[in-house]
Amino acid sequence: MAQFPSGTVPRLPDFFDKMPRESDLSFDPERERRRQTWQRLLAIARKEWLHILRDPMTLFFALFIPIVELFLLGYAIDTNVRRIRTVVLDQARTQESRELLRQFVNTDDFRIVDEVFSDAQLSEAIVAGRARVGIKIPEDFSRRLQAGQTAQVLVLVDGSESSTAGEAVNVSNALALRMSLQQVLGQRPVPVETRPRVLFNPDTRSANFFIPGLLVVMCQMLAIMLAANSIVREKENGTLEQLFMTPVRPRELMVGKLLPYLGMTILEFCTIALLMHTVFVVPIHGSFWVLLSLALPFFLTMLGMGLWISTQASTRDAAMQMSMGTVIPSIFLSGYVFPLDSMPRFFWWVAQVIPTTWMIDASRGVILRGAGYAELSLHALILWSMALGSMVLSTARFHKQVS
Amino acid sequence: MVQRMKSDSGDNSTGMPAIDVQGVTVRFGEVVAVRQVTLAVQPREVFGLLGPNGSGKTTLIRAICGLVPVASGSIRIFGRDTAHEAERLRTQIGYMSQRFSLYEDLTARENLEFYAGIYGLPAAMARTRMDELIALTSLGPYLQRRTGRLSGGTKQRLALACALLHRPRLLFLDEPTAGIDPVARRQLWDLLFQLPAAGITLFVTTHYMDEAERCTRVGYLYLGTLLALGTPKELKELPGVTPPGTRRLQIMAPDLADLLRQLRHKPGVYEATIFGQAVNVVVDARLSPADLGIAGMEVIPSPPSLEDVFVALSRQYEGNSGNPSGAPIAASGSPTVLRPP
Repeated sequence: MAQFPSGTVPRLPDFFDKMPRESDLSFDPERERRRQTWQRLLAIARKEWLHILRDPMTLFFALFIPIVELFLLGYAIDTNVRRIRTVVLDQARTQESRELLRQFVNTDDFRIVDEVFSDAQLSEAIVAGRARVGIKIPEDFSRRLQAGQTAQVLVLVDGSESSTAGEAVNVSNALALRMSLQQVLGQRPVPVETRPRVLFNPDTRSANFFIPGLLVVMCQMLAIMLAANSIVREKENGTLEQLFMTPVRPRELMVGKLLPYLGMTILEFCTIALLMHTVFVVPIHGSFWVLLSLALPFFLTMLGMGLWISTQASTRDAAMQMSMGTVIPSIFLSGYVFPLDSMPRFFWWVAQVIPTTWMIDASRGVILRGAGYAELSLHALILWSMALGSMVLSTARFHKQVS
Repeated sequence: MVQRMKSDSGDNSTGMPAIDVQGVTVRFGEVVAVRQVTLAVQPREVFGLLGPNGSGKTTLIRAICGLVPVASGSIRIFGRDTAHEAERLRTQIGYMSQRFSLYEDLTARENLEFYAGIYGLPAAMARTRMDELIALTSLGPYLQRRTGRLSGGTKQRLALACALLHRPRLLFLDEPTAGIDPVARRQLWDLLFQLPAAGITLFVTTHYMDEAERCTRVGYLYLGTLLALGTPKELKELPGVTPPGTRRLQIMAPDLADLLRQLRHKPGVYEATIFGQAVNVVVDARLSPADLGIAGMEVIPSPPSLEDVFVALSRQYEGNSGNPSGAPIAASGSPTVLRPP
């Protein structure tokens, strides 16, 4: 046997010989195993935390982007249709026609930007986009009105912006109806009158509608992206192979990684909620703690999904794209922007299996409607089931790769 | 693990090999990455595995560590089958991969602390060992620096320190000196050669012949097949390296390129390469200097280097590639070559 010839071995420093061997470990194997599990878990959590702190891009995306979006949605965007640009072709030029136009303007839905003098100019203004609505009052308007005949008003609506068009049609119909009723009824009272009362968001402020959803979507993006990066980054750097050579168990690695991500996500959640409440004065009618406790399973679901992506993807770019792929349906189908009730049946069902749908509904429930556990027990049940499923799925995937 | 510590701690006299690989084949789909490899590494050996890129060195290491499943054959580390006990063996194995694989955004100290945590070292022990290894690897001045900003040699010393924190009995080093400067390379090897005396067995892959010369035994892996196994001295004496009826000569000449051209056209010259100030040739032993046209030049017999050995073995393997592999490799200690010339 070719042993290393002892004469050529450099003398070891003494301390190396004295390193303890037998006394290395305490002798309660079960307790020792538990202690080591915790130690490994904390070592990983600490390392992940350091990664987050030292990656300025991640920090930037995590903290800055949501705040920008918060201000955009809070200040700039108003889904209520107001002050639609309107051109007028008044061929009657009578007192009645001027009264009609005044009524259009008084609703605050219309804003007359121009007056034109021919049909061609009217349609040209709309095609060119200078106005969304064109109102044409024919020459015989007052005459027919006074004669008790039907006086016609042409309202041209640009349908390329569907929400504006819908509002314009509704409001002009309502105006015409009111004028008609006044003609018919004279001084008599109106037989039926609706008195709409908007609950929970009496001013129908857009911010109140958007920010509780934004809160959910931003935290979702952060959680998925952090988790989606986690394993694939170690794959790319070769550190995962090194980790596989150590006694670390897949579950320790997974939980250790997710803990700091969960911490970051909760931090972001609280930050956005605080800004929502203080800067954008969205009242929180329910309990914040109820909201946070409902958000917990939602965060776990998203972290699990991110981790699953991370085990599937072989590069960080692929992981990022897959994460974006999950974010997009949960923006468009979750009720975040577009109401669920008007979706076709198929998409409505798709929406029901998206976790974000349930969380956004729960978020609006707690913040705007003051709902508690009693009203949201179904949401809690579904979110926890999704969290469980997501965790099981990602762990199963991960286990295979370690072995 | 605890039982292991009590039963056989520091005891390598039982004669059980540190690594015992029996007829191992590794496949990736249709590709055979490692073919019928059998080798044993004794405790405290410095075993060198050589072979060109893509010959399966890294795959063999991964298979031995239980990271890649084997298609056939068995692997035992300290008598334990890695197929079933890979996880239990993790505490006894240290590994330095081909690529630097520590966390570059963490400082050197944070990397050490992380691995101390991963191996579950109690706080007091982790501190002692870190201090000892920092002293051993002279990492003191670099502890607070981000690992990504360290030089190649320092990175490798840090990687070594991380791999030694849990006191493995067996250390795998996959091209530990690739791409670092000669001084750092020497420093690292001086460190590595201290380890066998501390009871640590080394399994090293390398491309450097001077490193291979310093190993106790060397295996040569070519296209997934282990072509030779033995001490460097034994390998150089293999009959296939200097076939009977031939001899190796070193010829000093003023115009090396010209001489090389001439020699390569002469019958009976099997090999001719420029080496420093001379041309090394393998020629028919019957040819005289006059036959070779080198009369008057300084000619001395030259023993083969390890590089000559591997070149000769690879050529013979290519020449016999119609011959299926699987010939048994003799037990460690005796020189072997799969295809005698």
